[in-house]
Amino acid sequence: MGNILILAEHTDGKLRAATLSAVSFARKLKEAKGGAELHGLVIGAGASVADEFAKYVDKVSTVESAELASYQAETWSGAAKQVFEQAGADVLCAAATSTAKDLLPRVAALLGCGMVSEVATVEGPKTFKRPMLAGNAIGTVEVLSDKMVATVRQSEWAAAEPSGTGTVAAADGGAMNALGASVERVETVKNERPDLTEASVVIAGGRGMKAAENFAHLEKLADIFGGAMGATRAACDAGMVPNDLQVGQTGKVVAPDLYIAIGISGAIQHLAGMKGSKVIVAINKDPEAPIFSVADYGLVAKWEDTLPELTEKIQVIKSR
Amino acid sequence: MKILVTAKRVPDPEQKVKLNGGVVDTSGMNFVVNPFDEYAVEAALRLAEAGGDNEVVVLSIGSKDVSQQIRSCLAMGAHRGILVEGDDNALDAEQVARIVAAVYEREKPDLLLLGKQTVDGDANQVAQLVAGFLGLPQACFACEIELGDNLLSVGREIDGGTEYKRVPLPAVVSVDLRIVLPTAVRAPGNSQTYAEGPRYASLKGIMQAKKKKIEEISAGDLGVTPTPMVKTVTIEAPAERGGGVIVGSVDELISKLRDEAKAL
Repeated sequence: MGNILILAEHTDGKLRAATLSAVSFARKLKEAKGGAELHGLVIGAGASVADEFAKYVDKVSTVESAELASYQAETWSGAAKQVFEQAGADVLCAAATSTAKDLLPRVAALLGCGMVSEVATVEGPKTFKRPMLAGNAIGTVEVLSDKMVATVRQSEWAAAEPSGTGTVAAADGGAMNALGASVERVETVKNERPDLTEASVVIAGGRGMKAAENFAHLEKLADIFGGAMGATRAACDAGMVPNDLQVGQTGKVVAPDLYIAIGISGAIQHLAGMKGSKVIVAINKDPEAPIFSVADYGLVAKWEDTLPELTEKIQVIKSR
Repeated sequence: MKILVTAKRVPDPEQKVKLNGGVVDTSGMNFVVNPFDEYAVEAALRLAEAGGDNEVVVLSIGSKDVSQQIRSCLAMGAHRGILVEGDDNALDAEQVARIVAAVYEREKPDLLLLGKQTVDGDANQVAQLVAGFLGLPQACFACEIELGDNLLSVGREIDGGTEYKRVPLPAVVSVDLRIVLPTAVRAPGNSQTYAEGPRYASLKGIMQAKKKKIEEISAGDLGVTPTPMVKTVTIEAPAERGGGVIVGSVDELISKLRDEAKAL
């Protein structure tokens, strides 16, 4: 039985919380396999990420070189394949972040094995459930190849707790070939708020917010909770908010403790991105809006008439 | 420039999904070009409209019915189609990618463009797999493409922003929703202005499409006999989330959130 290799995601020299969801998946899969070592793979980061990751897995392999310093599928895929083989792994997994979604299929191609995207549950050592059809169906899939690659849907897997102290060792990533491709620059959207997929409270607005400036009302409420802002595809496409706030099957999939949907009708593809939230609140003037079918608490009202009052009263409670 | 672009036939995502006996019940369903692939076709056409000797070739895999979807891409303006016969629903991403790679080898395009995922399988794998098989550079989840001198500068949607990646041609690019914004695709020599979204076929385009060639071939003709790596055992409806209560006021909402849900 082979080992399970988990790709660490990191930003600014810190392990991303998403990686801990992949650890939870790996621990569950280890049970289903009847045993395996959990190995971590850290590419292009300093020792602090590896040391942090070692608290969750048995061994961490680090691969560092100038070519690997910034993420690129062409070079990272080769390094991942090399370490996969050195680690005696038969599973490579990661949370379904934009990096892993770009990288892992390419690694599967190099390994010549099957891949399962956005795993929601482990049904057996080779059998998994995953959402399909914009969250309108759940597929049960069986991997037929000996080796496999998987991304896991972060909202379905709670962050793992530390388990001890694993070892850290440098590994050889092999020859690098960027195939002539290079990253020119990265434009990050400046955001003082927590990452949408990692926030415990999300305040989201839809087309019913009518204009970009009205999102300031939602920001105020988000900031009282220390939460994140979200939006529907319609609101993003209308240019009211940046694209990366989009919640839905084609945007981010979130599962916070509290999701407050304001001026959101509840298109299927939006619901697919947030119906895993623990508590859902919807404020919409249309009593027939589909969002009410998934909301724990619905308020049929215009946000203009209710949101200021709600914000003020929550602020009073929170400041006590 | 020659661009190969994929177009999968999928159930119209605006319809309610019917499931029956562990499979999607497609009886009475409308089928459309996978929206992300339709965006890839639009992006390909905008690149091709820069002028010069350009060709946009549309590739699909499936039954003969798939020719309807290829035809609608030809009506948008693509030049010719290739239909690889096969039961698309029985193929996994690996097999689809092997077939796409084989067609790539035969056509030798300068650019392979795909939608980032299909809206039925939602796997988001094929572009990356093909790039890996062929050892080509990849730029996935493109929201901007700028054509340079035998290279592309591609804006990729990543968590928290946009990454700009430069890839030499030939390359594999998968597109995200924003690629159909008016100025998302830029090519020297193309001063046309575009409306947001994929174009509608004109009547003239529809008439012309009837005369365009769709070549029908089998995977065997391409010399590939791909074996599946992942089998779909069953497809079922997700657990329904029960609706909750409608509250009458902000005060009632707050007391429910505080006392019942313990969310405040």
